[in-house]
Amino acid sequence: MIRAKKMRLAGWGNSPCQAADVFRPEKIAEVRSLTTNAQKTLIPRGLGRSYGDAALNENGSVLLETQFDRLLAIDPSTGVLECEGGVSFEDLLQVLLPRGYFPPVTPGTKFVTVGGAIAADVHGKNHHRDGSIANFVEQFELLIADGTVLTCSRTENTDAFWATLGGMGLTGVILSARIKMRKVASAYLSVDYQKAPNLDAALELFARNDKDYEYSVAWIDCLARHGAMGRSVLMRANHAKMEEMSETQHDNLFAPPKKKKRAVPFFLPGFAVSPLSVRLFNHFYYKQPPGWRLADYDSFFYPLDAISNWNRGYGRRGFFQYQAVFPLETARACLLELLEKLTSARSASFLAVLKTMGPASGGMLSFPMPGQTLALDIPNRGTQTVDLLRQLDAIVLRHGGRVYLAKDACMTAESFRAMYPRASEFEKVKASLDPQNRFSSSLSRRLGIGARA
Amino acid sequence: MSAKGDAGSVLILGATSGIGKAVARRWAMDKADLILAARDTAEAERTAADLRVRYGAKARVVEFDALKFKSFEQFANGYFTDGCQLAGVVLCYGFMADQIEAQKNPEAARKTIDTNFTSPMLLMEQFAAQFEKIRSGFICAVSSVAGDRGRQSNYIYGSSKAALDTYLEGLRVRLFKSDVHVVTVKPGFVDTAMTWGLPGLFLVAKPEKVADDMWKAVRHRRNKIYTPWFWRYIMLIIRSIPQVIFKRMKL
Repeated sequence: MIRAKKMRLAGWGNSPCQAADVFRPEKIAEVRSLTTNAQKTLIPRGLGRSYGDAALNENGSVLLETQFDRLLAIDPSTGVLECEGGVSFEDLLQVLLPRGYFPPVTPGTKFVTVGGAIAADVHGKNHHRDGSIANFVEQFELLIADGTVLTCSRTENTDAFWATLGGMGLTGVILSARIKMRKVASAYLSVDYQKAPNLDAALELFARNDKDYEYSVAWIDCLARHGAMGRSVLMRANHAKMEEMSETQHDNLFAPPKKKKRAVPFFLPGFAVSPLSVRLFNHFYYKQPPGWRLADYDSFFYPLDAISNWNRGYGRRGFFQYQAVFPLETARACLLELLEKLTSARSASFLAVLKTMGPASGGMLSFPMPGQTLALDIPNRGTQTVDLLRQLDAIVLRHGGRVYLAKDACMTAESFRAMYPRASEFEKVKASLDPQNRFSSSLSRRLGIGARA
Repeated sequence: MSAKGDAGSVLILGATSGIGKAVARRWAMDKADLILAARDTAEAERTAADLRVRYGAKARVVEFDALKFKSFEQFANGYFTDGCQLAGVVLCYGFMADQIEAQKNPEAARKTIDTNFTSPMLLMEQFAAQFEKIRSGFICAVSSVAGDRGRQSNYIYGSSKAALDTYLEGLRVRLFKSDVHVVTVKPGFVDTAMTWGLPGLFLVAKPEKVADDMWKAVRHRRNKIYTPWFWRYIMLIIRSIPQVIFKRMKL
């Protein structure tokens, strides 16, 4: 049995922070023995970019998957990559972008693992067109509670496949996966910036021509009130065409100039994110000139990755990331209610993000569904913040929406049941894969997700 | 195993260890042809696949158990038939029993000495004889700063590495005449399974850093390296502590 390290772990939001025995196996045989001989419950964890308690297991065990970072095969004729669950998107980009491959779906940070991406069935700025990562996962190897390894795909162990995609690590350990990568001609994107003076204008722009853009997202000002409520900057892009690039870019199609990395070296005081600082930030953000610009993939997809530990900007108490999706029919009403609630609570949020989502993937606990999704950061101010989040949950629920488990830290079990109608189907599959609930997390216990026959 | 295909390749012993994997990647980056020797061949196959996909390196896997001493002669000689040759051997395996456990349990103490000293000594003797014959090659072996001083907290592991150091030094002198180079690598704390969860670690280095230093040491024909570099000075200080004081310390 390999040694455990006693650690206090948190998600990216630094809230909550909990103690666990952390194991970091280096061989599959060790993963198997950890799983089958587990004295405590276990949850796999990658790079810890889920925000809440999805990859925490208070007083239980956490299995770090980061040592499983091997690329196993790539088929140049199909672009299908096979790699281990602990491979990061950063690593993928470094090795495969120079060969013209890009992740088919990427979240807003490249510091996520392939295993984590599958477990959260992540989506990106192209969800309205391409859907979530599930659409590109051909198969994966899943080590389940009794130590056996299942090959899961759309034709083999299909229940385990759809339970694991979006299943938050509760079905087992994803040892490796086959993912169809996207072929790209360069590392550049051609981005259109457009301003929308209020929410209606933003929704109207989305509806009118989102289909013309591979990637689409809007930054939304959560502090603007009255007529300007929901004012936004839409950022929509396609992979750049050759003629859009300059000569120097042609010479280095896959190697954009390196940017200086910045860092937040320590936890900033809690008041650093205040209504005043956010208002200033939003003012200048909205002031940016609209129009067409060429951007490298790092600046377009991963702007925050340029600042290491940006999450410390919210202070030691951390923050909550809140992301919800609601159907198109109710989107406008729901967004107005949410924004109203947020502005009246004067709960500052940098970088609130709005985007249109396309069809759901089929994952039993997958988050995406057709509609609008809103994501925002809310500094943790204790119980008042939890109250606010619960009120937001109620609004989302009333409009037929749901909250993203990879970001959630506060939702109640009742809300979860109401938002995820396929929860019991998931629990049936879990009962067959893991009848004793060896795989369990702080999130699963909070939301009452477990094996149920 | 075809010896012809092994001309100029580098044999990595203990390729599934944390340092072994990083070493394999570092040499693969340099376009070396690699032979990964490990007990868990399925695990080593995954590393070999990674080297092929990432670096376009040639890599293959052989089964090897560091404690099966009797197999060593045949194992080593297999790489030197038909006048072909290995470029060198990188020895990355090791074992560290908990000190208290090793004090109580002779088997744990013996496994430490066997894995860290007896095995490398017996195996390197085989490779040394072959390299000597072809008058080329290198041996790069991972020892430890723990061999520099006998500390009460880790002296069984430490003494196994001290023995390895002395052995490698003698081997270096012997092989010098034959143009075969021996590198002793003395890492401090490295972030691998061996140290994960141990208390009292400091200045913990990434295995990639250690592997890079090893690769450079072979390239520049260094005799003994501390990695990362500052351990040379830390150990200089620790070695200079007089016995009268050292025995009263809690190290």
